[in-house]
Amino acid sequence: MRIGDFRASYAHDESLLITRVQRSWMIGFVGLLLIFPWVGGSYFTYLACLTGIHVIAAMGLNIVTGFAGQISLGHAAFMGVGCYTVAFLDKWGIPFYVCLPLAGVASALIGVVVGMPSLRIKGLYLAVATLAAQFILMFVFREWDPVTGGVRGVNIAPAQLWGWVINTDRDIYYVIMACAGLMLLGARNLLRTHVGRSFIAIRDKDISAEVLGIDLFQGKLMAFALGSFYAGVAGGLMGYFYRAITPEHFTFTLSIFYLAAIIVGGLGTVLGTILGAAFMTLVPEVLRSIVTLLTVWAPNAMELLSPMREMVFGALIIAFLIFEPHGLVEMWRRIRRFFHLWPFKT
Amino acid sequence: MDWITFAEFSLIGLFSGGLLALVALGFVLIYKGTRAINFAMGEFMMLGAYLVYTGHSWLKMPLWLSVVFGLVGISCVAVLVERFVLRPLAGQPVVSVLMVTIGLGAFLHGTVDAVWGGQNLEMPQLLSRKPLIWGDVMVPGAVFWSFWVALAVIAGLSLYFRYSRTGIAMRAAASDPITAYALGIDVRHTQQLTWIFAGCVGAVAGTIVASISSLSPALSGTALGVLAVVILGGLDSVAGAIIAGLLVGWLESIAVGYFGGKARDLVPYVVVLAILMVRPYGLLGTRDIERL
Repeated sequence: MRIGDFRASYAHDESLLITRVQRSWMIGFVGLLLIFPWVGGSYFTYLACLTGIHVIAAMGLNIVTGFAGQISLGHAAFMGVGCYTVAFLDKWGIPFYVCLPLAGVASALIGVVVGMPSLRIKGLYLAVATLAAQFILMFVFREWDPVTGGVRGVNIAPAQLWGWVINTDRDIYYVIMACAGLMLLGARNLLRTHVGRSFIAIRDKDISAEVLGIDLFQGKLMAFALGSFYAGVAGGLMGYFYRAITPEHFTFTLSIFYLAAIIVGGLGTVLGTILGAAFMTLVPEVLRSIVTLLTVWAPNAMELLSPMREMVFGALIIAFLIFEPHGLVEMWRRIRRFFHLWPFKT
Repeated sequence: MDWITFAEFSLIGLFSGGLLALVALGFVLIYKGTRAINFAMGEFMMLGAYLVYTGHSWLKMPLWLSVVFGLVGISCVAVLVERFVLRPLAGQPVVSVLMVTIGLGAFLHGTVDAVWGGQNLEMPQLLSRKPLIWGDVMVPGAVFWSFWVALAVIAGLSLYFRYSRTGIAMRAAASDPITAYALGIDVRHTQQLTWIFAGCVGAVAGTIVASISSLSPALSGTALGVLAVVILGGLDSVAGAIIAGLLVGWLESIAVGYFGGKARDLVPYVVVLAILMVRPYGLLGTRDIERL
């Protein structure tokens, strides 16, 4: 049982990790992340990269939907904007540490435009508006040949950092993790500023928020801008990671994937975003290995993999919404509470 | 484009608008009854069509019986969905209800893919394909007849809601559930019926779409474009859905005529955005007034 949770100074009260145990866990986790590509093997490094990108993008959606309560069905398209921005700038030899923030900014601008309707409409109507934006942007990706390369797509040269060519999964892993760490830290701190708090007020009841003196115009657009910025950076990283990009990477299905990830993880929490995005990235892989095992008894089980993936995806969303609407983060909290209070019952 | 081509595209557009209106009706019914947009509508259409196909090709039923089989099957699915997926989420935030229908869609899509496979299947021919020719204007027969089928279904349902006891109860429950409860209407029952009706409407529309082109899991994608119709007409207006269906059908067809087939992917969504910016509650929808 944990006792003596005293916060004796302001600095201590404001720190993100309160206890020494939390700090040591965090140090251990970061250490694990640092050595992971050297011990995990190439397949798991690949998965970790993918998870990192998904975590960043899901964090963006969680800012829009989980913090500010504006449903967005067009998140994948914002990633696309970021990715194509990188592809476009990359042709002129602009280094990646400039490209990535610019990708975020370009995406944020588009996000503000898409978020404009949120000033008049909300809830389901806004969801449909962002859905429309997703399809319109997809159309642009497919048709605007000079920039996006149309359906054939574009290639992106490997990122370079002072002569270090980042072209293997292991190299890009560190870039992705560094970005993810920074952006998650940003999101965690955003919640403690007046901006983040105003998002939450807008989510809970926007009219009340306005009565309390929160500028709805600014707040909602800021949420869309920030969320799309995250998506843009994630898209840019995705570009450097895959290095060959077609519009098929940013379909409506991916937008749904991110919504599912934040719902499964937990709306409006940073930890939930990480858990949800990692969970949703790993489930199809686990499913694949199960099906591969099954091929021993049923040789054509592989044909059922893609329908099964969809079924599991749908069933997970439904099951979490009905049985654990607060997501994985709530399960995690319950486990933690059990150990904190042990030997007493929660 | 001369006026004959224009007239031809206009007529084709208007006639194909009937089908859009029918699918839109499926959305509107569920929105009116349960305040949810059913993103699984496309999967209902697809599943209905697959059930009709199964009845006809696997169980060797006559065509009319396989349609009945499809409708009964989709009704059972709708009841299960309402009871076990939507009802536990009553009163939850919008994003949960929205996501659960999307999840449901993914689940149904995967199921259909697993059971029937992803390939194109040949539907039994329901509607005469013989093109109709008036002077220089030609309209494909299937499109023409689909319009009348859609119109008949919509008219039948409207009469049902207008005059039958259950229909009136459903309208009462849709307009004010709490008062309806107080007046002794079983709102759960009417919501269940709403899902059954929406499922059947979807199944009919899906069957027609599949018999015009062909049957594959990709059929479910057609429903998202219909959201343009629903938003234009107003989410809770049956009359709006019909008018908007014809309007969007016409607009799509004209756009295809002027700008080529790619426009079909774009037009519905541009319409949606334009409507939402200018008149978010649609042509005939109710304007929501919010109180604290």
